[in-house]
Amino acid sequence: MSVLPFLDVALALLIVGLAVWTIAARVLFASVVGYVAYGLLLALVWVRLYAPDVALTEAAVGSGVTGVLLITAGKRLGAARAGEAGPAPGLAQKLFAGALALLVAGALAAVILILPDPAPSLAPQAAAAADGPGAGLGNPITAVLISYRSFDTMLEKVVLILAVLGVWSVGADKAWGAAPAPLGQRNPYGASVFLAQMLAPVGAVIGVHIFWVGADAPGGAFQGGALLAAMWMIAMMARITEPPRIDARRLRLALVAGPAVFLIAGLAGPLMAGSFFAFPHAFAKPIILFIEAFMLLSIAVALPALVAGPPSGRSE
Amino acid sequence: MSPWVLAGLVGAALVGLGLYGLILHPHPLRKLLAFNLIGSGVFLVFGIVARRGAAAGFSFDPIPQAMVITGIVVAFAASALAVALILRLHAESGRVTLDPEAWTKPDDGAAKS
Repeated sequence: MSVLPFLDVALALLIVGLAVWTIAARVLFASVVGYVAYGLLLALVWVRLYAPDVALTEAAVGSGVTGVLLITAGKRLGAARAGEAGPAPGLAQKLFAGALALLVAGALAAVILILPDPAPSLAPQAAAAADGPGAGLGNPITAVLISYRSFDTMLEKVVLILAVLGVWSVGADKAWGAAPAPLGQRNPYGASVFLAQMLAPVGAVIGVHIFWVGADAPGGAFQGGALLAAMWMIAMMARITEPPRIDARRLRLALVAGPAVFLIAGLAGPLMAGSFFAFPHAFAKPIILFIEAFMLLSIAVALPALVAGPPSGRSE
Repeated sequence: MSPWVLAGLVGAALVGLGLYGLILHPHPLRKLLAFNLIGSGVFLVFGIVARRGAAAGFSFDPIPQAMVITGIVVAFAASALAVALILRLHAESGRVTLDPEAWTKPDDGAAKS
């Protein structure tokens, strides 16, 4: 009771400090490492805001997978010096940008301090969703994602596929259909191979567990899928496995499986329960778990595909 | 000060810091990092809206929280697309600058494919 406020303040200071480090660090790599630590601490703030589901997503996707993406990108760019990117900003530009940033942050802070009271809330509708068409779901977040806002969640998977298509399209024409460049170096360190061999099986089991308990406890297809994706990427970094060719049929089927199954279940809604994306009360939970299983697969495939990048055509 | 006010102010600070970095950093990957800082600040502000909307037996409003989860994943997808574009720019031209004047200069290792 008495310690928590101090912890909150310390956490806030650490996070803002790490954000300053992310912006101010001279080297890209140092900045990315700061960002990863920042994301993990931010996950703790989400726990303090009673949002364990968001905390899991932030730690896995916002911090972990984004960190891998940026570190990989930094390595592929090579040691591009800061000077090569353009001239350093002048003092006037710095002052102007600083003033603008202060203005925006100040306005946002003022809005936060004068938020309306009592706060507007959609929680009753979410409660109805958890209890109604998505019956028997103990985790209201999962109920909202799959039942109350099901169409958004389905479209979000489509966004992931579009992003994968976009990343693939950026590759050179003659490389189309080939595999992306390997994530790790040619001769990976023994330690990273050992880590992948030890961690990946355990992590895969935890990922499936987080998905499975997601109906009733914090977790779900997003968080579990991100963990599975991370384990696959660890294995790719240790060169235990390579990124698949982008014209592999199994890869493409796995990518579209989630939204496709979701859409089919949604279209079956009018027949089964009377409206689009509605599920019959008695079977809601098995149907939702079934849909989520395919979404888990799609997420676990899409995230590594996004990190691995466009097909390179180079082979080793 | 209650935890949610503190978290909201941190979110506001993050948006400001990110905006500053986005404007000033010449390197596109650093711009991307700064943009992600803005994003997480906005998510945090959204999170306190969720926390304040506690009702119906929940200690939070699940709908903004679900939107933040969706948002984090979409933000990552957009970042990955941006990284792919930056890498292709570098592969095509050997440079990573976004400075329009650097591209119009005739000399200095002009773009070759």
